[in-house]
Amino acid sequence: MLREFRADLHVHTCMSPCAELDISPRAIIKTCREKGLDIIGITDHNSAEHVLVTAALGAEAGVAVIGGMEVTSAEEVHLLVFFENAEESLTFQGYIYNHLPAEENNEQVFGFQPVVNKDDEILFFNKRLLIGATDLSVEQVLQRAQLLKGLVIASHIDREAFSMISQLGMVPDHLALDAVEISPHMGKAEALKTLPYRKTIPLITSSDAHALSDIGKRVARFLLQEPSFNEIKLALRGEQGRTILW
Amino acid sequence: MNLQQVVDSLGLEILTGAEHLAREVTGGYASDLLSDVMAHARPGHLWVTLQIYQNIIAVAALKELAGIIIVQGREPEPGIVQKARSEAVCLLRTQLSAFEIVGKLYSMGMAGSP
Repeated sequence: MLREFRADLHVHTCMSPCAELDISPRAIIKTCREKGLDIIGITDHNSAEHVLVTAALGAEAGVAVIGGMEVTSAEEVHLLVFFENAEESLTFQGYIYNHLPAEENNEQVFGFQPVVNKDDEILFFNKRLLIGATDLSVEQVLQRAQLLKGLVIASHIDREAFSMISQLGMVPDHLALDAVEISPHMGKAEALKTLPYRKTIPLITSSDAHALSDIGKRVARFLLQEPSFNEIKLALRGEQGRTILW
Repeated sequence: MNLQQVVDSLGLEILTGAEHLAREVTGGYASDLLSDVMAHARPGHLWVTLQIYQNIIAVAALKELAGIIIVQGREPEPGIVQKARSEAVCLLRTQLSAFEIVGKLYSMGMAGSP
């Protein structure tokens, strides 16, 4: 039986240096419950450290957590990358860590990067420069993510910074993206009319939450059998009746 | 050369940092990739960019740049001016393009540095 599920696939946690410190995995899941979200994407900048803990909390609360991260390419394009299992997220994280700048995060300038447990206790601070860009091209990020059977979505292509359109001038036709995302700043009709991308690529929207109050500001509605990575993959491909409802 | 001389010669608009114009400018750097600026700009450089995202303030503070010139009269994102003030970053603006403003800076005797 197919039914509608509400998803916000672009949420940062407190580990992202630019996010609020109270947007912890526990608080995110609580907020999802309050706002009636079925599926959430955990997408910190260049790191998947909070995927496992959020997935565990989500499983207890009946919120499906799709893990991955928001990668910064060498061109400073933001790409959402999702995987079926936490294992693949962590394998991919290892690859990304090897391609981040060697210098450490400067907490005073860019913000703190706490890694926490289920009870909001700080385990350690991520020392990597997560705000930085990898030395990987968009093509290289896509290739590696797809090798691990991941989904790749170009982030907030309507934005003036860190979007594929701001950085590359367009969404190049040859990129095998699974979807493109627009932020809460733009509506669907305007995106279809004004943004330079091939309209056969599925369009989704999400909140890009950096604070608890942002979560669910934009929701993508999907027609699925169950709230899972593989069902979302089918919906993005428009297969077996699964679809994006908007 | 200090910021005041640059502002006066080129008629730059001062968005923040009027109190920091005595700051010495040691050279310039032009780029719109923040990671590139972090890797290659030097303390005391004046940074020419079309970026108006708030991370430019963090980068300028981290690299101890003399200031930022935003080109083409672009309007910074909300909050950025306030952030520049709190980080003591001198934010300047020109209506000219990056190519033109860099040309003028260069002809004033300002150079990039390796």
